[in-house]
Amino acid sequence: MHVPDGYLDAPTSIATAVVAAAGVGVALRRSRAELDDRTAPMAGLVAAFVFAGQMINFPVGAGTSGHLLGGALAAVLVGPWTAALCISVVLLVQALFMADGGLTALGTNITLMALVGVFVGYGLFRLARLVLPKRPASVPVAAAFGALLSVPAAAFVFSLLFEVGGNADIAFSTVLSAMVGWHVVIGIGEAAVTGLVVSAVMASRPDLVRGARDVAGQRSALVTGPATALDAELPR
Amino acid sequence: MTRLGQRRFLAVGLLVVLLIAGVGSYYASSHPDGLEYVAGKTGFADTASDDPVDTDSPFADYSTRGVDDERLSGGIAGVVGVLITLGLGSGLFLLLRRRGGSAGARDDEGAAASSSAPADPSARRG
Repeated sequence: MHVPDGYLDAPTSIATAVVAAAGVGVALRRSRAELDDRTAPMAGLVAAFVFAGQMINFPVGAGTSGHLLGGALAAVLVGPWTAALCISVVLLVQALFMADGGLTALGTNITLMALVGVFVGYGLFRLARLVLPKRPASVPVAAAFGALLSVPAAAFVFSLLFEVGGNADIAFSTVLSAMVGWHVVIGIGEAAVTGLVVSAVMASRPDLVRGARDVAGQRSALVTGPATALDAELPR
Repeated sequence: MTRLGQRRFLAVGLLVVLLIAGVGSYYASSHPDGLEYVAGKTGFADTASDDPVDTDSPFADYSTRGVDDERLSGGIAGVVGVLITLGLGSGLFLLLRRRGGSAGARDDEGAAASSSAPADPSARRG
């Protein structure tokens, strides 16, 4: 869903750049509470994983493909503010070095994927956690749920932006239904990848899954030694 | 379940990421993604700029300039992209992180300048 230069007019691109800058600015301050000696290297790895994951386009039928956006995944693993920075770094590297996503559309892409994707995904993850049983197995399921809907949410916001400042006169309902329809399907892939990756990290290092801190405690209480000592340092 | 050590976890994770970007990406679908497809179908694909802001990167479009072999060209671009992302991300997050017990300290510039933070990313990745 990388928007190239030209889809949106200059005022809309400037407006999304302002939104993106404000969001990244807040994230730079708020992420400090999520980052410590253990989670900072993990967050770097999550950014690298999202970069790699976004290279893997999977077919979704009718000659169309989709790829991981990674917002919900990153938010569950390292916290939403750090996740917003992870995705922003990925988008910056893609725009600067890979010609993927326009440079003048960087603010739009950060708004769609690093802000909407992350916070919709994380918000729905938290909601699902409230409903699901409070145990480790619920974490990947809730993460997949957030991921599933984060993709059409970003597509929905793109459709709004296109209605406001698209450089072509196309009926809103036409763009909206096509964008959201296809991105619901892509969201299924997003959900699958997110659920699998969160499961894998939960299986090996549940303490590194920020969205599982309340339940990782149950498990790490059974583990003696250094791991428990590390967990004890974490603010809860 | 044995817990992986932090270092081993990061090393295994990085290996997986490098394999995905360096090898797996060759097998990715080359169909247009959702947005491109919708742009084509609904008629705004041609609004994409013919002359976008160009950084003249040797890795544009996930291929490596001067490398003819498609598999190698894409693989190198993927690995380079992962390493740049990892370097930028890790550097940023290590600078932002709370150090030791001084969680409340608002020593943005001070801590970053006086500690060995700039050296940390490479040391930790190694």
